Amino acid sequence: MKTYTNTGNKDTRSGFGAGLTQLGQTNEKVVALCADLIGSLKMDDFKKNHPERFFQVGIAEANMIGMAAGLTIGGKIPFTGTFANFSTGRVYDQIRQSVAYSDKNVKICASHAGLTLGEDGATHQILEDIGLMKMLPGMTVINTCDYNQTKAATIAIADHKGPVYLRFGRPSVPNFTPEDQTFEIGKALQLIEGTDVTIIATGHLVWEALEAAKALHEQGISAEVIDIHTIKPLDDAAILKSVEKTGCVVTAEEHNYMGGLGESVARVLALNHPAPQEFVATQDTFGESGTPAQLMEKYGLNSASIIKAAQKVVGRKK
Amino acid sequence: MSNTQQLEDLTTQVRRDILRMVHKVNSGHPGGSLGCAEFFVALYNEILDRKDTFDMDGIGEDLFFLSNGHISPVFYSVLARAGYFPVEELNTFRLIDSRLQGHPTTHEGLPGIRVASGSLGQGMSVAIGAAQAKKLNNDNHLIYSLHGDGELQEGQNWEAIMYAAGNKVDNLISTIDLNGQQIDGSTDTVLPLGSVKDKFLAFGWTVVEIEQGNNIEAILKGMADAKSKTGQGKPVCVLLKTVMGNGVDFMMHTHAWHGKAPNDDQLAIGLEQNAETLGDY
Repeated sequence: MKTYTNTGNKDTRSGFGAGLTQLGQTNEKVVALCADLIGSLKMDDFKKNHPERFFQVGIAEANMIGMAAGLTIGGKIPFTGTFANFSTGRVYDQIRQSVAYSDKNVKICASHAGLTLGEDGATHQILEDIGLMKMLPGMTVINTCDYNQTKAATIAIADHKGPVYLRFGRPSVPNFTPEDQTFEIGKALQLIEGTDVTIIATGHLVWEALEAAKALHEQGISAEVIDIHTIKPLDDAAILKSVEKTGCVVTAEEHNYMGGLGESVARVLALNHPAPQEFVATQDTFGESGTPAQLMEKYGLNSASIIKAAQKVVGRKK
Repeated sequence: MSNTQQLEDLTTQVRRDILRMVHKVNSGHPGGSLGCAEFFVALYNEILDRKDTFDMDGIGEDLFFLSNGHISPVFYSVLARAGYFPVEELNTFRLIDSRLQGHPTTHEGLPGIRVASGSLGQGMSVAIGAAQAKKLNNDNHLIYSLHGDGELQEGQNWEAIMYAAGNKVDNLISTIDLNGQQIDGSTDTVLPLGSVKDKFLAFGWTVVEIEQGNNIEAILKGMADAKSKTGQGKPVCVLLKTVMGNGVDFMMHTHAWHGKAPNDDQLAIGLEQNAETLGDY
């Protein structure tokens, strides 16, 4: 079984910051906006290197989204930065009308997504943002799994014409994807080949899926692990190819089961190849204060939950 | 350049267009459209330094953003008569498969529209972004925007108003249509705005007042004054005092025609009060 090495824990938001720094040097059209969270979003370097292309908008996210839409008129490629909660729910109608419906080339970059935001608690731990964003026609939705992938995705979305929601997180997590990768929007990555069950994970749950696959292997269950970094457009073909082989699937995400990756996968299967599926996700609940690890355990979003779900779904195969 | 009579003739024709468009589909917003007819005619025929052809980026020309998108009838009529698309297309307003949606949108590719509007309070932010893009592009042209007075009740405006002053967005002229009316009644009864002038001044804007917002010459003079005040470190706000429903006597000075179309008889009266000048579409 293929194994992956953690080259050292790093936060995905720093991957975003590094990607933005690189874009600042390579693409003059890229501009950045931030709503009073420069340090949290790791946008300091871009601000320092390109003050004329950086817009501090203050605690005013609605204005930030509208300004980003306006900046595209004249050829700029705006990257907005704030927490996932304030990047989506707070400004949904601004995104809907001024960005998505108006087909503006805005990159909405959202940190501190999900439970792993930790101690700040449920007011800031959005678990609904993937659903909100994927429902908008024309919106590309990406949820990256580690530092290297987040950096590569940040660079890649600058070349994609159209609105993008890029979701990443706060904590330091294993960094295991290649440093020099090319990020291909909409392309699922098969990380481990297997035959008994497909584990489709996104974001922080990808590493947990790899850990789960190792444990399952020792139990004699061969798990295929797929990293879905792009939730929309979804790589239907990769999902079907795998599930047609394994016959069942576990989806894993740091998000409510409603509106998340799991439901998108379920749709693909229902239309093409119905198969048993288990959902590793939050169960229509808000989060709470705690450390990221405590929260991921309490809400069932770790490798142990994936292992249990895999055992269960294999048992459901006829 | 046109003379005042030509602009007034065009305005009369635009009023006819507005009435006929909303009457045909028995929906749309004639009141605010009629109130801003002179402003739009002056803007697109005298004030904007614009190209004849449309491209989204609009580099090297002045740009206009309509924030209160429900007054789409006046916008569409003036755009069509300025040559952005055939005037015959006004026939398709609010019909299925039309580029002339109920509220303006880029989605159907209608030339002249740069952002969707209708959900209120978003246009000033977009205008500020476009103004900042102009500066980055070393493009000395101006950004114009129009907003309803009732629309100022949306909080996003005040984020934008604060930003524009704080960041010296001085290539922006935002006009507020001060007609004192909104859907449910007068702005004073629905949610009092207080002094819009004092508010903009307190936020650090330059304010220009146009007392006769339905008089072409007054508009041209006021907007020239506003233009002369750009480039001085402050955004410019124009307070345009208009009469909702202007030019159709029974529609004037009331909120009743904010979002209501005239019936056949009412249309006939409205058209009688605005005789055909340049030819109906």
